[in-house]
Amino acid sequence: MSIAIATTGTTAGATDTRRRPVTGRVGPFTWVALCLLLLFALGPLVIFVFSALKSPSELATNPLSFPAALDWTNFTEAWEQAYMGAGLVNSLIVVAGTVAGVCVISGCAAYAMARLDLPGAGTFMTYLLVSSTLPVQMFLVPLFYTWTTVHLYDSLFGLMVIYWGLFSPFATLLLRSFMITIPRELEEAARVDGAGELRVLFQVVLPSALPGFLTIALVTALSAYNEFLIAVTFIQDSSLLPVSTAFFTFQQGYTQDYTLVGAAGVIMALPMLLLFLALQRRFIEGVSSTGFGGT
Amino acid sequence: MTPRRRRALLAWLFMLPLVAVNALVVLGPSLSAVYYSFTDWSGIGAAKWIGLDNYVELLGDAEFRSALWHNIQWTIFFLVVPMTMGLFGAFALSRIRRFRLLFRVVYFLPYVVASVVTAAIWKNLLSPDVGLGATLGVNFLGSQALSLPSVAFINNWAWWGFLVVVFLAAMQGVNPNLYEAAALDGAGPLRQFWSITLPSIQPTFVFLGLMTIIWSFLSFDYVFVLTQGGPAGATDVLSTLLYREAFASLRAGYASAVGIVMALISAVVVAAYLVIRRKRGWAV
Repeated sequence: MSIAIATTGTTAGATDTRRRPVTGRVGPFTWVALCLLLLFALGPLVIFVFSALKSPSELATNPLSFPAALDWTNFTEAWEQAYMGAGLVNSLIVVAGTVAGVCVISGCAAYAMARLDLPGAGTFMTYLLVSSTLPVQMFLVPLFYTWTTVHLYDSLFGLMVIYWGLFSPFATLLLRSFMITIPRELEEAARVDGAGELRVLFQVVLPSALPGFLTIALVTALSAYNEFLIAVTFIQDSSLLPVSTAFFTFQQGYTQDYTLVGAAGVIMALPMLLLFLALQRRFIEGVSSTGFGGT
Repeated sequence: MTPRRRRALLAWLFMLPLVAVNALVVLGPSLSAVYYSFTDWSGIGAAKWIGLDNYVELLGDAEFRSALWHNIQWTIFFLVVPMTMGLFGAFALSRIRRFRLLFRVVYFLPYVVASVVTAAIWKNLLSPDVGLGATLGVNFLGSQALSLPSVAFINNWAWWGFLVVVFLAAMQGVNPNLYEAAALDGAGPLRQFWSITLPSIQPTFVFLGLMTIIWSFLSFDYVFVLTQGGPAGATDVLSTLLYREAFASLRAGYASAVGIVMALISAVVVAAYLVIRRKRGWAV
């Protein structure tokens, strides 16, 4: 879950796929290897979805192939028993709050650095870079005990604030690099017309930086939704669990019922998979330009 | 107030939310972690200053050394297996035109799946009751020898597609004339990869290599979800050790010292990256 800003403009050519001449023919070996990798990526997902649609007895006799009869009861059971429905609601709150907060916090900061000639901007950028590579594990323990004393432990808002702190440094750096490419003439023209700084921000800079905001919103949403370490440490109350730890708790308790675990897992993964498939180009661009990852 | 000073003040006003949140969540707790690592703090109540005792204890702690060794093995695995898959996948995709986008999307799919779900997918698949484990008669996650490579393999499933995507983006920035010239000179694909592709994407390659090292030393989710460090400590890594010391053994001071060691490892790698970047003159 660590974050860092990637070197160079790795995404500059990401959309530029048409001009590239195909050099040399690709042999059958390459195609076979590419297809094997495809199977490796897709196979486990497909088998998992199949398992969610089987009864436990069918899974025992027929673990891999397509289900003989589609059994949707696993989903209704997982929705209730695993608190996946409640988990999705909690996650929706956390993700929405995190995305909104990160956009505001980094939007303001990036604007100050890119446009208001912040004194000491260079030093601050280095600080942000270092700050975004600091391991969460390093400050997890003091953060935990601080959060318990200020009553932000076991609170969705408390979880959001931590995510703001974790995700805003990289988002700021990314937005800043977006904002410095917006031509200054546009702003100057608005200022000449008598617009104040706030109007310049809302009417000129923000609309032009919209693609940047969309990118950080997507990347932040993915990270907040899938995040586990902070969620498992800071939320204990079973009615407040976000979907990742609700799923984890359920899986620890019901390790033997693979079909129910399958259904709960599909419920958790589906929203992000759909969002990704709908916006895959921007997703891939955003994630790869931020070097946002972690093992 | 001069307009210049007003502008500077306005700039810092805009920075205020970021500075406040960062101080509260990252900087403040980080500085306290440094302090607590020199104390015997339990997490509750007062902390007594004990100097370097925690660090001295770490040096002799068999669990710490075993966890560190597992992190080193983990790092080697992630520097070799996903990097090779990522470079191969990206290079092959950069040479095809048909289905490239399809392959790219599918390779990336596992990265979008949450770690807890990925863990469940593979736990079911490898299960010694109904899965591959039953067919092969192997208990992948329950065996001393196989559990660490199995957990790393599962983590890699969700990871290598990300590398394909980033490497592919970098490879698409390589000047195509270079390949044409090389092809005219009779260089095959392998030769072109070594002599043109790899040198051209060096900044990305070095960056991801160093980040792989950092992330490998911080790795937590998969070990925690799949094995909790077991069986008998066979998959214990620094993060799970830290977690146990902090929240099960209530040794917050000692856990902070583990965290500081992890931060120092990252710091060394980040510093190495900054030095390399300056020397080579790579842009941010």
